[in-house]
Amino acid sequence: MSNPTLPPMPSERLLDLRDVQVGFATRDGRVAAVNSVTYHVDRGEVLGIVGESGSGKSVTVRAIMRLLAKNAVEGAGGSIRFNPDGDRELLLSAEHKNSRLMREIRGGRIGMIFQEPMTALSPVHTVGTQIMRTVMLHRKCGRTEARARAVELLGKVQLPNPEEMVDRYPHQMSGGMRQRAMIALALCCDPVLLIADEPTTALDVTTEAQILDLLKSLQDELGMAIIFITHNFGVVADIADRVAVMYLGRIVETGSVDDIFYAPKHPYTQALLQSIPRLGQARVRRLKTIRGSVPDPYNVPKGCPFHTRCDFADAALCGTELPPRKAFAGDQSALCHFAGELREAGQ
Amino acid sequence: MTDFADSPETDGAELYRASARQLIWWRFRKHRLAVVSLVFLVFAYLVAIFAEFIAPYQPGSIEKLQTFVQPQVVRVWHDGGFHAPFVYELKRTRDPETARVRYVEDREKPLPVRFFVRGERYEFWGLWESDLHLFGIEHRKQKLNLLGTDSLGRDLFSRLVYGARVTLSAGLVGVIFAFVLGLFFGSISGYYGGWLDASIQRLMEFIRSIPTIPLWMGLAAALPIEWDPLFVYVLITLILALIGWTHLARVVRGRFLSLREEDYVMAARLAGASEYRIVTKHMLPAMTSYIIAAMTLAVPEMILGETALSFLGLGLRPPVVSWGVLLQDAQNLRSISLAPWLLTPGVAVVCVVLAFNFLGDGLRDAADPYGQ
Amino acid sequence: MLHFVVRRVLWAIPVLVVVSFISFVIIQLPPGDYVTAMVAEMRNNGEFVTAVQEEEIRTALGLNDPLLVQYVRWISAILLHGDFGQSFHWNAPVADLIWGRLGITLILSTLSLVFTWLIAIPVGVYSAQRQYSFLDYLFTVFGFLGKGIPDFLLALVLMWVGFAWLNMDVGGLMSPQYEGQPLSVAKALNVLGHIWIPVVVLATGGAAGLIRVMRANMLDELGKPYVETAYAQGLSERQVVWGYPVRVALNPFISTVGWALPALFSGDVITAVVLNLPTTGPLLLQSLKMQDMYLAGGFILILSVFTVIGTLLSDILLAWSDPRIRYA
Repeated sequence: MSNPTLPPMPSERLLDLRDVQVGFATRDGRVAAVNSVTYHVDRGEVLGIVGESGSGKSVTVRAIMRLLAKNAVEGAGGSIRFNPDGDRELLLSAEHKNSRLMREIRGGRIGMIFQEPMTALSPVHTVGTQIMRTVMLHRKCGRTEARARAVELLGKVQLPNPEEMVDRYPHQMSGGMRQRAMIALALCCDPVLLIADEPTTALDVTTEAQILDLLKSLQDELGMAIIFITHNFGVVADIADRVAVMYLGRIVETGSVDDIFYAPKHPYTQALLQSIPRLGQARVRRLKTIRGSVPDPYNVPKGCPFHTRCDFADAALCGTELPPRKAFAGDQSALCHFAGELREAGQ
Repeated sequence: MTDFADSPETDGAELYRASARQLIWWRFRKHRLAVVSLVFLVFAYLVAIFAEFIAPYQPGSIEKLQTFVQPQVVRVWHDGGFHAPFVYELKRTRDPETARVRYVEDREKPLPVRFFVRGERYEFWGLWESDLHLFGIEHRKQKLNLLGTDSLGRDLFSRLVYGARVTLSAGLVGVIFAFVLGLFFGSISGYYGGWLDASIQRLMEFIRSIPTIPLWMGLAAALPIEWDPLFVYVLITLILALIGWTHLARVVRGRFLSLREEDYVMAARLAGASEYRIVTKHMLPAMTSYIIAAMTLAVPEMILGETALSFLGLGLRPPVVSWGVLLQDAQNLRSISLAPWLLTPGVAVVCVVLAFNFLGDGLRDAADPYGQ
Repeated sequence: MLHFVVRRVLWAIPVLVVVSFISFVIIQLPPGDYVTAMVAEMRNNGEFVTAVQEEEIRTALGLNDPLLVQYVRWISAILLHGDFGQSFHWNAPVADLIWGRLGITLILSTLSLVFTWLIAIPVGVYSAQRQYSFLDYLFTVFGFLGKGIPDFLLALVLMWVGFAWLNMDVGGLMSPQYEGQPLSVAKALNVLGHIWIPVVVLATGGAAGLIRVMRANMLDELGKPYVETAYAQGLSERQVVWGYPVRVALNPFISTVGWALPALFSGDVITAVVLNLPTTGPLLLQSLKMQDMYLAGGFILILSVFTVIGTLLSDILLAWSDPRIRYA
């Protein structure tokens, strides 16, 4: 199933995205949501994806899961490869939404957690039923076994009285409990990859910290890789090994969490970091903001997508030419004409 | 803003300056079906208003020698050339086998259809007398029956036009009654809440839970036969409204309840606006469009109710002419198979009901500020 | 759940009392009563009836007693002896008249209800899943037409089509020669040949509306995040759609079960009249027109009781299917 034109994935590589493009056909024409996104996830590593609303973070992972909306159009040149067991490369981008392979992978090899724990669980089924359906589907086991597994999982996500929780309906639980149940559902078949799409955005800060702790300890215990999507840099610093920053459907910078935080190369990353208040930072009069607002996806600016808001932009260059991807030490790279030549942030 | 990309005058700046009413109108105009329905309904109501003028004959004028005449075809081609619209004269014959009366066109004798002809005298809305009709034919014995005639030789087209006045107005009057009741109970219920709300809710649940047709029938049967037809008409619409108001009341109450919680109402309250000002300036404008849409959707219910009751002989009765009354003639199989054109009032009912439904749907979508 | 059921049942009792009283008042509403109508008819036939004689008939029938007395007499006879009184017009016990026609009414209405659901649910689900497809547009048109065409008109047209073009004898539930005959294979087949028109008429009218409801509900539900969650679990499209959103979208159907019960009983009056069916509907219409008080009252009472019980049933069903209501 491997594609002959692509170099084989290294054995530690779990997921590999190359030039993934997704657009949506709407009444007012085609909107590009994801523009040649390339990233990869290694086994057991946590990749944080940061970006504003509409930057294409969620669309990219839905392309991995093959759960794109009906009006989505994918670019032909992109590839998504997945190597769950280290011995076979699966070309997911060639799979149809409802193909047998995808149905086996979804829920079986890749688990997914959603943003709204309130509405992401069926309101008319108990938490146990929803977990059991998935377990019975992928493990081909009976009801009693599936139920035992559900109880075990609910215990694993540290819900009190799992025996009792298994028969609860989502509306009988608090937001944090629901998100724990959601995690149990995503992990029920021991996936090798967990996709968490803003799992803590809808929760309050205390619960958010608890859920992050839970995810970290589960990752230590089970060893799965995680793609963690968020718009919150603080959360990324807490959980991720590597970070990818997205802006208007492109990955503008990627690198290890330390590189991104201490040596950001892209002006957007720098600006984002400067807009976070930090303890111990020298007092400044005002917190920095990024001027302007995210352009309308129907009218993406020519050249560098960020040049309309960039403090360092050179109208002649940045306004006309898409910047190249510049690579730096330690797997860091940035999509900027002046990457590496700017004074770095935080100084 | 992308929603309006296809309306010509909505380039950016226009859009931001548009009033809420203009926005609703723009959105409404995009529902082709709703616009067509609106045009159709305006036309239908105009016909109903000018029934005396448009109908070539009086609804009750009997023509004993012209019973069950089939609809006449208006033609423009005669004797190898185009002519002004005309019909052929009809000759009454008997089928030698079935002994049934038949009307055969006499191809030799075209009768031109004339506009603004003098015909039967009528009183326009009881205000002034006239004998001017929109169209007709000038002949001593022949009549123009666009939709045929019934068992007494009455012109079905004229009766349909007169019936439109009763049926279409019954829908509106019924909705107005229902609107008064619904607005009254709905706003009390939604604004005051508490036990008043609870008891009105129970009452509404109760009325809604009774199957409508038997209830209508029970109430309509209570109207004595000998009463004045006009009075019966008012009472029938009232009966329709008695059941119809619950839906409107629910809409009004629901809007009141949700608006009461809206932040902008709270903001108005914090800014020190009086209760009266909050209700009239902030809450009612946010509701009118919903109420208009709900009312539009309630009209066809009323029209269907009137038609059904009259059809069963429990509502309006001859000599009043309504579409339901006209359909009574089409009640048995024999008359339908003999004169299928007696079903045309049914077609009119279907068209009007559908038009109101489309219009109501269009209005509802257009009134929703968050809609597409 | 038990607590919920008990509370609902207790709430139904006062409603039943009020309902029975209202049905009695409704039948008392018309000025004049059965005697007025009867006397008028006798006079029309040339008989001579004085006002005194008219009053005597009234007293003999107990129509001159106060309303409350008449009500108590009526309702206690029903509760204690199952005696709904005597139909003046048919000169037969009301109970016999009603129960005599109930069997066929129930069969007919149940059949049409089943057909309505069999059509409406799959079509509604399909329409929502394949929104804006050709078939969706087709069903939408069908739905609007069904909404716009009154049932009786559809019945008339179908009857006419069957009669004029298909040469069938339509109307009634069996050919005249089987009327009053004992049940036989030939009779059963004949009934089957007749029953489809009322079933089609009733099911089309009902299904048209329900398709719209089902489609709208499904569209709402299909857009909710839990559907995506279900897909993300590896369930197939069929498993997802029928296992999750359909379950939620069905709730309005469950609440119509309650209305179906009284509708089962009254049948569709107008359709039944048009098609000349021996169901309870036309009998109700006739009793109302004749002001046959006890018959009409019995009907309205039974209808209302069925309504109350039906609402109770659908509330309980709804609570059983939707945990959010049960624990509210």
